[in-house]
Amino acid sequence: MSVTSSSQAATRERVRSWTGQSITRKEDGRLVQGQGSFIDDMGMHGQGYAWFVRSPHAHARIVSIDPASALAMEGVYAVLTGAEAREMCQVPFFQIAPGDGGRIEEWPLAVDTVRYQGDAVAVVLADSRDTARDAAELVEVEYDPLPVVVDGVKAAEPDAPVLHEKAGTNVAWHGTYDFGDIDWALKNADHVVKIDRLHFHRFSSTPLECNGAVVDWDRGTGVVEVKSNLQMPMFAAMVMGPTLGVPINKFSFSSRDIGGAFGNKISFYPQIAALALLSKKAGRPAKWTEYRTEHMLTSTHGNERTFLDIEVPVMADGTILGVKARAYDDVGAYLHYEPLGAVIWSQVVPGCYKFKNVQVDFTTTVTNKCPVSPNRGYSRMQHLWMLERIVDIVAHELGFDPVELRKANYVQPEDYPYQTPNGCVYDSGNLPLSLDMALELADVEVWRRRKLELGTGTGKRIGIGIGSTLDSGTNNFGQARIVNPDLPFSGNGEAAFAKLDLYGEVNINLGTTPQGQSHETTAAQVAADILNMSPDQVTVTTGFDQAHNSFVGFSGTYASQFAVTGLGAVMGAVEKLRDEILEVASFALQAPIDELELGDGACAVRGEPARAIPFIGIANLVYTNNAVLPIELASRVTLNCRHVYVPPFQVPDTEHKTGNLTLTYSSQIHVCVVEVDEETGVVEILAYSAVDDCGKRINPQVVEGQVHGAAGLGIAAALYESFEYDEDGQLQEPSFYEYHAGTARDIPGIRSGSIESPSPFTPNGAKGMGEGGGAPLHAVCSAIQDVLGKNDAIVADSHNPWERVHLLLHSGERGDPRGVRVVSRGTEGAWV
Amino acid sequence: MIRQGTTHTIQVTVNGQVYNRVVEARQLLVHFLRDTLDLTGTHIGCDTGSCGACSVIFNGQLVKSCMLLAPQADGAEIETVEGLARSGELDPLQQSFSAHHGLQCGYCTPGMLMTATYLLRQNPTPTEEEIRQGIKGNICRCTGYVNIVRSISAVAEAHRATAVGTTEGRDQQ
Repeated sequence: MSVTSSSQAATRERVRSWTGQSITRKEDGRLVQGQGSFIDDMGMHGQGYAWFVRSPHAHARIVSIDPASALAMEGVYAVLTGAEAREMCQVPFFQIAPGDGGRIEEWPLAVDTVRYQGDAVAVVLADSRDTARDAAELVEVEYDPLPVVVDGVKAAEPDAPVLHEKAGTNVAWHGTYDFGDIDWALKNADHVVKIDRLHFHRFSSTPLECNGAVVDWDRGTGVVEVKSNLQMPMFAAMVMGPTLGVPINKFSFSSRDIGGAFGNKISFYPQIAALALLSKKAGRPAKWTEYRTEHMLTSTHGNERTFLDIEVPVMADGTILGVKARAYDDVGAYLHYEPLGAVIWSQVVPGCYKFKNVQVDFTTTVTNKCPVSPNRGYSRMQHLWMLERIVDIVAHELGFDPVELRKANYVQPEDYPYQTPNGCVYDSGNLPLSLDMALELADVEVWRRRKLELGTGTGKRIGIGIGSTLDSGTNNFGQARIVNPDLPFSGNGEAAFAKLDLYGEVNINLGTTPQGQSHETTAAQVAADILNMSPDQVTVTTGFDQAHNSFVGFSGTYASQFAVTGLGAVMGAVEKLRDEILEVASFALQAPIDELELGDGACAVRGEPARAIPFIGIANLVYTNNAVLPIELASRVTLNCRHVYVPPFQVPDTEHKTGNLTLTYSSQIHVCVVEVDEETGVVEILAYSAVDDCGKRINPQVVEGQVHGAAGLGIAAALYESFEYDEDGQLQEPSFYEYHAGTARDIPGIRSGSIESPSPFTPNGAKGMGEGGGAPLHAVCSAIQDVLGKNDAIVADSHNPWERVHLLLHSGERGDPRGVRVVSRGTEGAWV
Repeated sequence: MIRQGTTHTIQVTVNGQVYNRVVEARQLLVHFLRDTLDLTGTHIGCDTGSCGACSVIFNGQLVKSCMLLAPQADGAEIETVEGLARSGELDPLQQSFSAHHGLQCGYCTPGMLMTATYLLRQNPTPTEEEIRQGIKGNICRCTGYVNIVRSISAVAEAHRATAVGTTEGRDQQ
């Protein structure tokens, strides 16, 4: 166990192991000099600039589109409308949903009907960005507005306006998850805490670099080249291929530096498909750089989830027996990656806790809002927030200490590997210790005293909150079959190539799409240890490139998995390369392999440093001097070693909705101390701590950076950031003016600590991490709950700007409904 | 593509180099830097002057280059991230950002570095509070600002140590 409040970068001295060192990043040199290659920095010869024509209405029939004035403008190459695009396509985009949801149709551009504000109806290509924007203004579109639904629960009601006629309903998916015996638990509990409604709000991590792509449909070869900042290119390829009638081997996806993604850059395939068709029509590459308001309106939002009729059975000693709830996921107008949110939460059914009885009735609905797609903490954080809310509310209502209640209900260190009620296996951890460390880092004892001293009548209140969360990583894609048993997906994997090049250079190609996660550095650390050289001697080619052939269907950077899948692939590939180097060296040096050792880019006979061959010599023998080698060796050894890491998964039981859905479970425990102003409701964070446990850390400074980042985004979401629509479906926060992205004044200093509970299931003991499980949302809500009195309403929303906090502070005085009640055994109105 | 009748001829000095260019009247300064001069280190993260990714130093003042038109830069001296390193040597802020992991994706970094450069010129030894105030116009979505503040603080600390050293030296004379 170690507490790290700051990490010092290790110098590049010879060390026993590069793994575990906080070395400075290989990425930094170019990035601090403005030499990164982000999407808007790239282009193709002869390109035009694309600008989308977007609907101002949230729901409307498209009566007509007239591009004549736009086409008459000097410099305009082409205009593509939704109807034309559809004519050029084979089938609508692939849908994950079965049944009604599977009949939801989406094409590259809206056809006949727009379904959210910003839905694209046409796209213009011109000789400059400004000309394209001007021309887009001149495309005349006549709309006939339709009724709008912006509430995910109301959308499921029979009288709600239906978005997709072919589906016939707004319910894109529905299913009941039932583990253990919730009826037994509710009958036999000493108390049942009943909560009317909890609402997890809509926000997104809004990467500072918006989406973008340069797309060329080559008329000669039929190859569709896509330079983009997609973070899961093969998912886009699989969705787009059948629609465009393009086989996967005729796509050429690549990416370089990506300016943040957080899941938000998984699903902009409709835009890329439209650009491909535009390029095909215009006969030249189409470059599109999304602008901020376009991003806020149309890129993606995080899942908004409403929990209704929550019942929590609790024993007199505080043992929580389970939870029953109805959940509604509002996923916006189209299904992008959805309805996977309806199953991904079940990676963490009991959260950090041991209760066994869980029933969640889950409904995914479409509404006239921006489509959602994964956002840091995707789907698990919504569920984990609900669990942390109920634990706090139970403590608040029944008079338990929130710390002790958590510790008593946590999965205990001796319980690992721990099987959850739905068959997931928590690999390792120490939650009580993490909580103690987090409390200590936040100086909670001091704040508790301060809170008592503060007393009443000062106009200020101090609250202490806890957020216990899990960051499940390395998905078993078989869980997709729980939403649709016909899907041909299961398992996971990642590819890497390790190559010794002609002059003895060591090069590694990844299948991942890093966006700040430092893959160049950590991959080099792992490779350097295997080859006994410095990370500076290892080149890691950044970004995804289909031409590198180092990818599988799952490739990308998402879902907290690189340390396991990506580095598992790197380790396998570099070990294969090492073995080939040793084989060639064994021949060259006429020494058995077990007498050889690698060091500093050469291979030598142990104890005889003069009998050595440098890597350039090995490369020479294989690439340009192979007649020297025995033909058997020369024709077998390539120095090009590909490895695919495959985690050990089985296909889940789709009938019972059980199975091992993720390989690793990092934990984060956050503690937040707030001061709340009674007059204004303003919340100021006085102290904040975060303790991370992601198993073996490859580069502690990189891990700490991820902890900070996830904490910063979560704190800002809890207090400042929210996407809200009015009843007409107009987004109220379409730019960074209205959407208050957290600044350096808003986000406090974060004291971070760590423990390392190595995973027994991964090649290196590491666990994926980075998403953070939404811990700050849990902790901030918990701290606000702590300042509220017995008669006040509960904290029922994940977003708590000062207005809402002010309402809560005075809800008791007004006699507002509290949103919670407790039914205890033997009391009047008991449930038995 | 420049259309006739809407152009200005401007002379701008960027990182010590003089450029003469014909620009459209409506071209934003950030597009002039990125598209016309191909200095793509300066980034765009919003369209509303909110995010600071396009921050540059303009006649000694910190500005968001999406909030100025290119013709307004006629005769101006501009410093961008490309001018920070000299002769292949990273400047102290660049080194400190790398040493303290003050960047992840690197997209906000050029603007953040220019803001920090300006801040330290105004106040070589800012407190943490002053640093946070100084960079509040620059949004970072990756770091929670923790290591950015550390990176700038470390350079301020070095300034403080140098200043103390100088003062002590003077006292001894």
